[in-house]
Amino acid sequence: MIPVPPAVQRIPWKLIAVLSAITGFGLLVLYSAAGGSWSPWALQQGVRFLAFLTLALIIGRFPIRIFEDFAYLGYIGVLILLIAVELLGFVGGGSQRWLDLGFMNLQPSELMKVAIVLALARFYAQLPPGNTRTWTALWPALVMIGFPAALVMLQPDLGTALAICIGGVIVMFVAGLPFWWFGSAAGAGAAALPVLFSMLHDYQQKRVLIFLDPESDPLGAGYHISQSKIAIGSGGVSGKGFLNGSQSHLDYLPEGHTDFIFATMAEEWGLLGGLALLFAFFLLLRWSTRVALKARTRFGQLTAAGLTMTIFFYIAINLMMVMGLAPVVGIPLPLFSYGGSSMLTVMTCVGIVLAIENDSKKQGSRLS
Amino acid sequence: MPRKKSPPITEAWRGMTFTRRALLVGGGQMVIGAALATRMAYISIIDNDRYVLESESNRVNLTLIPPRRGWIVDKNGKALANNRVSLRIDIIPDRLHNKEFVLGQLRTLLRLDGDAMERINRDLKAASGFQPVAIAEDLSEGDYASILVRLPELPGVAPQRGFARNYPTGAAVGHLIGYVGAPNAEEYQKDKDPLYITPGYKIGKDGLEKYFQPVLKGEPGAKRVEVTARGKVVRDLETSPDVQGKTVHLTIDADLQDYVARRMGRESGAAVVIDCTNGDILSFVSMPSFDPNSFSDGISNSEYAWLRADDHQPLINKATRGLYPPGSTLKPMAAIAAIEHGIDPSERHTCIGGYRLGSRFFRCLGTHGSVDMATAIMKSCNSYFYWVAHRLGYDAIAPTAKLMGLGEEFQLAGSNQRFGTIPDSAWKMRKYDQPWSASDSLNAVIGQGYVIVNPLQLAVMASRIASGRRLYPRLIRREFKNEALPFSAEALATARHGMDLVVNGPGGTAGRSKLPLDGIAMAGKTGTAQVRGLNTGNGKAGAWKFRDHGLFIGFAPVDNPRYATAVVIEHGMGGSRAAAPVAKDFMTFLFDREKAMEALETFETGWGGTIKERMDRDYAAWKSGASSDPDPGVPQ
Repeated sequence: MIPVPPAVQRIPWKLIAVLSAITGFGLLVLYSAAGGSWSPWALQQGVRFLAFLTLALIIGRFPIRIFEDFAYLGYIGVLILLIAVELLGFVGGGSQRWLDLGFMNLQPSELMKVAIVLALARFYAQLPPGNTRTWTALWPALVMIGFPAALVMLQPDLGTALAICIGGVIVMFVAGLPFWWFGSAAGAGAAALPVLFSMLHDYQQKRVLIFLDPESDPLGAGYHISQSKIAIGSGGVSGKGFLNGSQSHLDYLPEGHTDFIFATMAEEWGLLGGLALLFAFFLLLRWSTRVALKARTRFGQLTAAGLTMTIFFYIAINLMMVMGLAPVVGIPLPLFSYGGSSMLTVMTCVGIVLAIENDSKKQGSRLS
Repeated sequence: MPRKKSPPITEAWRGMTFTRRALLVGGGQMVIGAALATRMAYISIIDNDRYVLESESNRVNLTLIPPRRGWIVDKNGKALANNRVSLRIDIIPDRLHNKEFVLGQLRTLLRLDGDAMERINRDLKAASGFQPVAIAEDLSEGDYASILVRLPELPGVAPQRGFARNYPTGAAVGHLIGYVGAPNAEEYQKDKDPLYITPGYKIGKDGLEKYFQPVLKGEPGAKRVEVTARGKVVRDLETSPDVQGKTVHLTIDADLQDYVARRMGRESGAAVVIDCTNGDILSFVSMPSFDPNSFSDGISNSEYAWLRADDHQPLINKATRGLYPPGSTLKPMAAIAAIEHGIDPSERHTCIGGYRLGSRFFRCLGTHGSVDMATAIMKSCNSYFYWVAHRLGYDAIAPTAKLMGLGEEFQLAGSNQRFGTIPDSAWKMRKYDQPWSASDSLNAVIGQGYVIVNPLQLAVMASRIASGRRLYPRLIRREFKNEALPFSAEALATARHGMDLVVNGPGGTAGRSKLPLDGIAMAGKTGTAQVRGLNTGNGKAGAWKFRDHGLFIGFAPVDNPRYATAVVIEHGMGGSRAAAPVAKDFMTFLFDREKAMEALETFETGWGGTIKERMDRDYAAWKSGASSDPDPGVPQ
């Protein structure tokens, strides 16, 4: 037996394997989507993954205390950035979602997905248990969610606004707020749906309507959904084979390397590829859910649960969209889609969850 | 949510609640995940067939290649209608992204006018999907190349190298062959052939082109190409070539057809030449004509209006649809009838300048004195035939006329015939409820009165007199019995002798139209028909449309006839003056082309060029509003 040094033991190999499997599979699809070429997407995505994986592992080494301490500060900082983007967009004339940092375009709304979870987790961690069912448990959370969500809606970015809301609401839910609050809120939301719908932008309304009946305009705005379903459906069980996807290679599939990359993959790898990818995501989410359940601190529990939901929301909405179960909202598939922002967000989530895991392990080892 | 009495909220309770709810959320996530997997399985297994099909129809674009049309050739295999390469530009509506820009570019590059742009916009609105819309046809190499080099900037534009119908002799074959054109909406509704809405595909619209459409059309090819969403062709998949339509062999002699058409000159009329050995129609001309090339390329409104406005009626095939009183051309036929009914051809009748019937005096054109039957034909003596008709009655002559093909509708490919009238007493009773009178007989025997025939029938009559057989005219190798006519050799010989004398005898009415050949003579009979119902002038001068028609029937050589013909020159003022000289030249052409061509070239210099040159000039003059009528003295 070769003794494994503790430093190597501490590295979460299984997690790295799952992340690498998902991203590696994504790289193959990006290679194919570029017509069998590492550029312009696959190589850059691979390099970016290595950088962000390193970042996640480093974040994972941070003591959990730091996240709790800086949760509010981080939240406020991101909120300021959001306002800045909104003002810049206003000045620049048109919708703007990112700040140009030189080496990458930073979307503050992406950071907000993480920041809202941390801030709410801290809020509920500090809340005395007795107040859980009182008004004081509710209104600060609603304000904290409402501000950034409204700002992001203004951009307008429905998908990200929803992600922020869901992340926050899940933290509130697992924090133990009364069940019927959520039930009645969901009911009220459903009732208010027509009003909300009328507040959407024209193009957003159109997307929702076309989602309800994609065949109504197969060459116009329903084109995305129709072509995506054609790509997935024509792949069959085992797919058309690597580099043989006609929908993506002949440009019928729009955004085949970003939002609709799942359709690109399914066309070439079929149902088997899809199930394999779903299984890999399942492993990732099972890991983070377990971290939440085993977390030593309340802040850790709430954060891990919230971030799990944030990751899940990406995956679920993206897959529902490409399979024609949700409107086209422009949410990428984490780690799989080409693009830095979503990968940064997801890897940050993973890093924080890793930090929570490390925290509970330290504690555990101390106890035994 | 109705709950049991709330337990006291403690850290422990909070921890339990968290675990429960986190598991609930996790479970919910798994349910959604399972639903997504199911959905994907449903799309890719249950709906697989449908989506494979849609993916293929995305990827592969099928274009029909219009088949090359079969040729129409003359008896020697010379083309009367063939195909030429035609460069065209279409638009595929599905691939047209920047419509305004692309159309603007095309408009500039191809110099399209407002009418064309309006049509294109209309077609684009009506079109759907990959069904191409025609932009321009018959481009010059230069214009075509100018589009080709800009193709990358013009998504949706599809240049095509196709074929167009071509008629080498143009107007000479207009009425014979007909023309082709793009199928219209009704024709598409009727046949539901997707080829009909493929740009560049033409179907026969008139004449032989229409009649032989099933033979000529051929089988379309199909081109399968892999295309990107923007319509860029990635690669060609298999292509099945088109199958050219079958060739139609006509009995026509293309050179003669062209010669006859040209020899008609500025006149309006028809000329038919029939082979006396088998009934083959060698030439089938109606002039003036239209250029079928113009129709096949899609005739312009103004050119069509020009053709319609012409009082010489270029749009009507006078060989089968022009009806004329045959005049004296019926006299050889009447002579045969007379002999068959017992009149001795050597019996003489004295012409005193006319014939008295009761109180009426029917005039002859001259005072011919004592004439026998052959001389009566030679001099076209009306008195003699009045005397015959009065003696026999027209009911004795009409059956012979019908046996000669007069009043008959022939089974002739692609023709639409008006077959006229050979009257008899029963016919008159049926039609007018009046008894036949002797004066009706007298009028009928000189080819006036109720008698009305078309030029084709006259040519058939000439061929039947010449051959002694009941020849049926034909344009394709179709078998007819052509049995012998039930006439005595004496009767036929007398008629032929009389016709010989008309051209070659002393004082024959067509003496000036002897063939300028050694050893080959033409026999014939002139006719001059009064324009019915118009009692204006004497028919020899005055307004064009009130002048007499000139007719001629004939055959050559006199002994052992080979070719028979009939010529009608509308308002030509007389058979010997207008019709016989035309027949003389084209009959000469059959035996000595060079001699005939010399004569024609002299004429054409006088008329102002070939048919096409004259038509182009007339059309230009008409368009510019000037009088284009070639005939002086016609009131405008």
